[in-house]
Amino acid sequence: MDVACGTLISLIFFTIIRVLWVVYQTGKALRPKSPKSMNTLIVLGSGGHTAEMIGVLSTLQKERFCPRYYVAAATDNMSLHKARVLEGSVDDTMGDRGATVQFLQIYRSREVGQSYITSVGTTLVAISHAFWLMIRIRPEVVLCNGPGTCVPLCAIAFLFKVVGVRWSSIFYIESIARVKKLSLSGLLLYKLRMADQFYVQWPQLQRKYPRAHYVGCLM
Amino acid sequence: MENSDKKDRRTVFVTVGTTLFDALVRAVDTWEVKKELFRKGYTHLLIQIGRGSYIPTKSGTEDGSVSVEYFTFSSSIADHLRSASLVISHAGSGSIFETLRLGKPLIVVVNEDLMDNHQSELAEELAERRYLYCARPQTLHQTIANLEVESLLPYPASDATPVAKMINRFLGFPDD
Repeated sequence: MDVACGTLISLIFFTIIRVLWVVYQTGKALRPKSPKSMNTLIVLGSGGHTAEMIGVLSTLQKERFCPRYYVAAATDNMSLHKARVLEGSVDDTMGDRGATVQFLQIYRSREVGQSYITSVGTTLVAISHAFWLMIRIRPEVVLCNGPGTCVPLCAIAFLFKVVGVRWSSIFYIESIARVKKLSLSGLLLYKLRMADQFYVQWPQLQRKYPRAHYVGCLM
Repeated sequence: MENSDKKDRRTVFVTVGTTLFDALVRAVDTWEVKKELFRKGYTHLLIQIGRGSYIPTKSGTEDGSVSVEYFTFSSSIADHLRSASLVISHAGSGSIFETLRLGKPLIVVVNEDLMDNHQSELAEELAERRYLYCARPQTLHQTIANLEVESLLPYPASDATPVAKMINRFLGFPDD
């Protein structure tokens, strides 16, 4: 009994130490000897969010962020279509591109207007699906800019860091529509220190959230 | 006749976006707003009403006022924006930036019925920087009366290179 108790206490102790260490390391720039291309997860949201993300992606060097996995909500066909246009593979005949670019859909835990009772079930489905996707992708870079779907994915990426499955760098770009206050997703990732780098598009937001970086307007 | 008609045509395009915004459609359909638009030299009013239930009254040009037409949704919103002389839009960031990119004078009308009204933040900030006008449905006619299209500033080109540079540096990729 004492042994079991001791094991449990030390397990909890080491978990806490590990979590604190991961939080401490989060936000520290990588110093690779010879940088190579990185497994990249791109979380797309609806409308304006996707337009902003496409703008950022078109300035990033494709060969550095490769392979790329685009994820959007299963109910959102427009975003993946826009990503396909960006990648120049609208017709779905990917050929050898298939290995470097993938377009994936993720279940949302709750659709607008859905009741809270049924959403318990759908949340469980959404979480297991998110885990399944993340285990398959094991991203080294996560790029997201606001949709609610990015929070569970970032939480899983953080868990992977703690467990030691995969170290990833999480970049969060707050939408241009947020001038005075962060979105709920942004606030969570900022407060929980899950994002390695946090970008805002208005100087007054940077003053309010000093760990954020001001990058000017992306639209 | 057709040609000269096109030349003198000055269209105001009103858009509510992908959902509905009856308060806006109702506001542009008022006598005050139509009168002010006509006084400013606009001849046509084209309203995209979305899923709204308020139907504006169609009218021709003959009665010395703006002619009014409407539709629910269209895949060619971009064409309507391009051929407009003035755009009156809901406060969604997609519509706002699409219009600003085309260099069209823009009045953004904030929907006060939305629960999470962070939308007004963006419109007010951009109005403060003189890229557009920001109004409420009930103040729209005043905004149009005081409209000075020439005083608006062109919206500068956006630049994603600073953020790309920071991401690259963080990951240890060299600058190039």
